[in-house]
Amino acid sequence: MRYIDPHIHMVSRTTDDYQRMAQAGCVAITEPAFWAGFDRSSPKGFFDYFRQLTEYEPQRAAMFGIRHFTWLCINPKEGDDPGFAREVMSIIPDFLDKQTVLGIGEIGLNKNTKNELIVLEDHIGLAEKHNQLILVHTPHLEDKLKGTRIIMDAIEANASIDPGRVLIDHVEEHTVKEVLDRGFWAGMTLYPDTKCTPQRAADIVEMYGNERIWINSAGDWGISDPLSVPKARIEMKRRGHSAASIEKVSFENPRTFLGQCPRFDVE
Amino acid sequence: MSAPKTCPMSKDRVVDTYFMEHRAKLIDLAAFLDRFDRADGDDSGDFRMAALEQATRVLLDGQPHRAKRILELFSDPTTELPQDAQGTKGASGAYPLTDGGE
Ligand SMILES: [Zn+2]
Repeated sequence: MRYIDPHIHMVSRTTDDYQRMAQAGCVAITEPAFWAGFDRSSPKGFFDYFRQLTEYEPQRAAMFGIRHFTWLCINPKEGDDPGFAREVMSIIPDFLDKQTVLGIGEIGLNKNTKNELIVLEDHIGLAEKHNQLILVHTPHLEDKLKGTRIIMDAIEANASIDPGRVLIDHVEEHTVKEVLDRGFWAGMTLYPDTKCTPQRAADIVEMYGNERIWINSAGDWGISDPLSVPKARIEMKRRGHSAASIEKVSFENPRTFLGQCPRFDVE
Repeated sequence: MSAPKTCPMSKDRVVDTYFMEHRAKLIDLAAFLDRFDRADGDDSGDFRMAALEQATRVLLDGQPHRAKRILELFSDPTTELPQDAQGTKGASGAYPLTDGGE
């Protein structure tokens, strides 16, 4: 069965992973701009990264019949220096015309600082100015609950942004309800140790429903699993979730949210 | 208080499907606490261990939404924002409880 992994960092994965994902039914992925595990020394490092995301990675995915789309930003882990972040943000508009760019992401907060919030607000303004979809990274562990609320407040302060065009990712049991209640889309990340397991993702669907919610692997350079979306599908199936509901959270919902950008033409 | 019946499996099937997995996780937790006891050093000061101890009480209180409540217990309850992160990028998984907890 076909699925979409709407959040995965393929620049950190091997070509074998593309092959395995294709074999498991992956037809499309979207790759948000992210931290490389070290801080880039200049905005030129981001220029090269954005070229990799928009030019090279779609070709690598295409070898396996997988459509590759991307999101651009300076990620929150490098967003604690507003001066540097603004230099990086100044090069983003040049890439927004690329055919596989879906929006601004993954923006948000990491350690919930005033500097990060300044950079987040600038990104929200950039998305508003260019009418872009937004993909939000919420902080890790003890910082998630507080950070998720600050992020939603910052977006809502921008009255012209429709929360239905914003996906708040990495939700867990303590944040998912508020995200959905405030009209945003929610993403569950199946990431060993620090985020959701396939079992907990299935629990969350059972408790909070399958509307405006998706699952993703967020596979990257850390210990992560690029096949976690099909594993969550198997978990839902063994519990007796309907085929339609499984298809909804792993294919239809991502397609509906992402399809708000006309470039996402996955059938 | 009983939770709404939203899981499509029967209780028997939930136990059949998941008991072994969570039996193993519980023994892992017990072994971790034993390991901590057997290690040299101060055993009173670490805020993460204090949060873990509080969290284990939630497991036995018989109330719904244990996962949510444990996540909240491990969360930063403050609302003020520091100016910058002073180079910190990571998170520790718990927040130092200023009221000392229970
Ligand atoms: Zn990510």
